[in-house]
Amino acid sequence: MRSPLRAAATNDLAGIRARHPDVFALSPAQRLTGPAIVAIGVGLALYALWRLEFSFERIGTGIVQLGYFLTLMVPPSSGGKFAMYLGALAETLAIAFLGTLVAAVLAVPAALLAARNVVANRVVHFLARRGLDSIRGIDTLIWALIFVSAVGLGPFAGMLAIAAADFGAFGKLFSEAMENSDRKPVDGVLASGGSEIHAVRFGVLPQVFPVMLSQVLYYIESNTRSATIIGIVGAGGIGLHLAEEIRTLEWSRVAFLVLMILVTVAAIDSVSARVRFAIIGDRRRAA
Amino acid sequence: MMRAYAEAVAARRARTALGLVILLLLAAVSAHVSEVDIGKFVDHIGGVGGYFDRTLRLESGARVWTDPADWLWGWKRWGRLLVDTLLIAYLGTVLGVIAGFFLCFLAAENLTRSRPLRFAVRRFLEACRTVPEIVFALVFVVAFGLGPLPGVLAILIHTMGAMGKLFAEVVENIDMNPVEGATASGAGWVQVVRFAVVPQVLPNFASYSLLRFEINVRGAAVMGFVGAGGIGQDLVEAIRKFHYSDVSAILLILIATVMVIDLLTERLRHRLMGRGAA
Repeated sequence: MRSPLRAAATNDLAGIRARHPDVFALSPAQRLTGPAIVAIGVGLALYALWRLEFSFERIGTGIVQLGYFLTLMVPPSSGGKFAMYLGALAETLAIAFLGTLVAAVLAVPAALLAARNVVANRVVHFLARRGLDSIRGIDTLIWALIFVSAVGLGPFAGMLAIAAADFGAFGKLFSEAMENSDRKPVDGVLASGGSEIHAVRFGVLPQVFPVMLSQVLYYIESNTRSATIIGIVGAGGIGLHLAEEIRTLEWSRVAFLVLMILVTVAAIDSVSARVRFAIIGDRRRAA
Repeated sequence: MMRAYAEAVAARRARTALGLVILLLLAAVSAHVSEVDIGKFVDHIGGVGGYFDRTLRLESGARVWTDPADWLWGWKRWGRLLVDTLLIAYLGTVLGVIAGFFLCFLAAENLTRSRPLRFAVRRFLEACRTVPEIVFALVFVVAFGLGPLPGVLAILIHTMGAMGKLFAEVVENIDMNPVEGATASGAGWVQVVRFAVVPQVLPNFASYSLLRFEINVRGAAVMGFVGAGGIGQDLVEAIRKFHYSDVSAILLILIATVMVIDLLTERLRHRLMGRGAA
């Protein structure tokens, strides 16, 4: 360990210290930032625990209850309602598919307005962006609740809720895709005498279409998950049954429903991954 | 040449048309299953417009922005509930991230050699993130009683599942040289993780956690729908009892909060990543 280099370094320790003060002595502020951040984080967590009225007693009794429920969940059984559940599951898938489709169709014009390279007007661009942001800021479940009270209980409200929430997301994603598109085809169309609308149709849309399609497919997948829960507020689908069975403490049915949902979501995931791959691969070869 | 071009175009058109037909067919089937028909759709779209129109009117019929004091009359109560909501999201995120942090090393292929253990941890995390958090909240409300506690636990479980997986992927991509160095100099498993793995992954973990907090704020806002605390409780009441102007007021508060949180965490994330890269 006693190398000549080390000996030289220890001999000149004072000199090294003088030349590189920042390595040897962190300023007090630098030294305190780490612990300070941790302290604030922990303090906030303790405050939250106190304010939200956590008590070990409640957690203890709750966990005992939960364990009891878990024993009741085995074995999962449909209790003779399998056909009904299957129908609700089909409804859920239909809601997810239709909602995504409607959102995608409506989002294209909105995205055109929000894309900086398509609509040059700053005010329009700004308003479209903020509008889409606000729509996106509201959760699907809130939309579901709103549409249930606007159009009544049932899958129609659920479809609208999915469409509304995704309209915001698609608008943002599509407009970003358009802004990232290559400018050259647009210049080419304009130079050969095309109008602005021609430029969008033949210059921008062909570039972004595959991107949009793959996003839509991805959202159908994620909406299958959302659609399973909007039934909790009465907007159709399997969530309605799930909420009902939980509230009536039919735990073996709850377990059955959860398993059904998990299997369906996994199936949709693998199907949509395949379709996405097929379509995008296909498009690339065609282009 | 012209003919070949025409044929190519025709083939492509045919394929597009086929795709469209399949799409429309699927749409028609789904419309039938979900009881949506065009007539009903057109009838109700007007209703939706009318609903939003009403949410922007006070009881006196005046537009809401003409009298902000009356519109936001409940701001004290809503403010308190909003703080509750944010604290639910915060606590759920912190506890979930801590739990995910401890589990991720057990799920990472390069650190845990035992296949059954890894498999068990992975399946557990998967179950935690695949079941929607609102379903957990529903179950927990029955077990723990009404209030913010089940909301926090639901977010905790879901965050743990999602973070455990993301963290494990980060851990699997680390540089293994420090791990070998620590092992060679006699470090135990815990010491290897502490001194060779954690320093490499911490910036990434922090960034993911902040992103998760954003998501959880949105999640916490709806926990009240099933009785699990936060501002969702008032929102659901306003919507169910047709207190139109309250609906728009609470939504406004929620949207503003979500935007502010997004902005703040984005800044924090950029700073964090900047420091991690330097």
